Amino acid sequence: MTVHGQLDAVTCNAVTKDFHSLDLVVRALRGVDLQIRFGELTLLVGPSGCGKTTLINIIAGVLTPTSGQCLTLGIDFAKLSATQRAQARLRSIGFIFQQLNLVPMLSAEENVAVPLLIGGQSRRVALAAAREQLSAVGLSEFARQVPSRLSGGQQQRVAIARALITNPRLIVCDEPTSALDAKTGHRVMEVLKTTALEKDRAVVVVTHDPRVHDFADRVIELDDGVVRAHDQKLTDNSDS
Amino acid sequence: MKFIAIKMLTESTGRCIAMVVGITFASLLIAQQASIFCGLMLQTSNQIRDVTDAPIWVMDESVQFVDDLKPLSSSAVGRVRGVEGVRWAVPLIKSIVRAKLDDGRWQQAILLGLDDASLVGGPRPEQIIAGSLDDLTQPDSIFIDIRGAKQIWPDVENPIGREVEMNDRRAKVVGLFEASKTFQFFPIVLTRHSRALAYMPPERKSETFILAAPTAGLPAEQVCRRIEQQTGLQAQTREQFIWGTMTYYASKTGIPINFGITVILGFLVGLAISGQTFYLFTVENLRYYATFKAIGATDRQVAAMVVRQAFVVGAMGLAIGLGLASLFGMLSNSTAKLAFFMPWQVVCITIVAVMVMVVLASLLSLRKLFTLDPADLFRGAA
Repeated sequence: MTVHGQLDAVTCNAVTKDFHSLDLVVRALRGVDLQIRFGELTLLVGPSGCGKTTLINIIAGVLTPTSGQCLTLGIDFAKLSATQRAQARLRSIGFIFQQLNLVPMLSAEENVAVPLLIGGQSRRVALAAAREQLSAVGLSEFARQVPSRLSGGQQQRVAIARALITNPRLIVCDEPTSALDAKTGHRVMEVLKTTALEKDRAVVVVTHDPRVHDFADRVIELDDGVVRAHDQKLTDNSDS
Repeated sequence: MKFIAIKMLTESTGRCIAMVVGITFASLLIAQQASIFCGLMLQTSNQIRDVTDAPIWVMDESVQFVDDLKPLSSSAVGRVRGVEGVRWAVPLIKSIVRAKLDDGRWQQAILLGLDDASLVGGPRPEQIIAGSLDDLTQPDSIFIDIRGAKQIWPDVENPIGREVEMNDRRAKVVGLFEASKTFQFFPIVLTRHSRALAYMPPERKSETFILAAPTAGLPAEQVCRRIEQQTGLQAQTREQFIWGTMTYYASKTGIPINFGITVILGFLVGLAISGQTFYLFTVENLRYYATFKAIGATDRQVAAMVVRQAFVVGAMGLAIGLGLASLFGMLSNSTAKLAFFMPWQVVCITIVAVMVMVVLASLLSLRKLFTLDPADLFRGAA
């Protein structure tokens, strides 16, 4: 599938990542090759410590690989300065964090507006866009509420709205359902799939939760820093 | 991001109040103590300021300040008058005398003896509350400053006509005038030069100061130099004498050190409270700053948020602190108990001190922010 002249949203070739701790060198990724396609919801699964988080950080341009190359939306983040990486992330990538990280002092609409405000939009324009985005995830009546007044599922939808507000071409989600009950988690994944997934956008979800596998178009299984299984939809609990 | 920064700050009510209180306390202490110091310094030279009709003060060469009373011979006036460039010169007696009140009590007072003919050095018309300076031509007549009169006769509404004794000579109050507060806080008694000589203990040399003016077109400084060269006396312009007196009190007493210590303590306590609270506020919000960085905020944007928060806290604390200091000044001036003068320089010093506090508090937090790795968010460490 080709979108904007690109075959894949993400292409990783022989990506390694080492972390240094005192005299120890820990190799988190040992040569990862993978592709993530536009229009697909891809799950990154695997046991704890297998390198999922490191890989999603590299894909999102937060970390740079020690060796190998990772092209995200055609961008080699490793070749950019910190400021350029930040600007590229702002333009192209939406984030949904495991702990959501909604700012508790801000209302739902203000939280959703944050990426636009970082991008230099005026407060008025950013809040109007945020209200529209909240409406798209079914939370228009909660726009003025602070996160503590919202349920876990509602907070998750606010986080989804925040990730979508800049209309990014890649969404990265870190354990989006880990803190939710089965019903709410199911609802959140539905929202994610229906509102986030488009033909020119890719969604990557790091998860331990086997309940969400039904929503995946593809599943990539990592183990000990390498891709163990690719293009395979899991149906068991092998990653937990 | 401006309003996000401000909202993060103001919605953290407890922390915000603690920081503002810290800055308020510091700026109040700095401004109030510095203003009291300025007020005290002004008081030391107020007797010179009150004499507006004489641009030159002549005195013994060893005199260092206005309360340093060294005797001059009566011939000194004539010598000064003889200096080229002196338009006029008149004597001004200043002495500390003991006055026996009409009820038998004793009161120390500052006695000023004005030139009989010109009354140069006396209060301006707007300073006269009761009577007329011409009344000083009556026998045994004195003027007394209103603050001193209230100090001597607190229960008497109109002290005109009351009598006191100085050096066993009768003196009758014929007028009241407004005098600026002096450092010694004694009542000020004003009379003619000839009467002042009678009210003082007898001395061979009884003059204290000579007030003079230069001829038109000559700078006072130049005439002062001539007086010094030709008479051997010390001559200073009014402004030089004011500054000389203030400098003497500032350098020879512990006043600046005492006030300086309080100002420094105020600065340090304010810095400790606001700096620590601001640092904790930043640390508590690190997760959200890391989120902003992960989403795409640059270090500069996040730093700008923190600096803005610090400056907002600083501005709020400064405004409240300066307001409270001004209120304190108004109350203390109205009760006339405390010296207080807040010139623009004190306001500037307080602003600079608060800005330094704010910058130091921000630096601690910025150091933490610049080392913040947004990848920690995914590791759950932030």
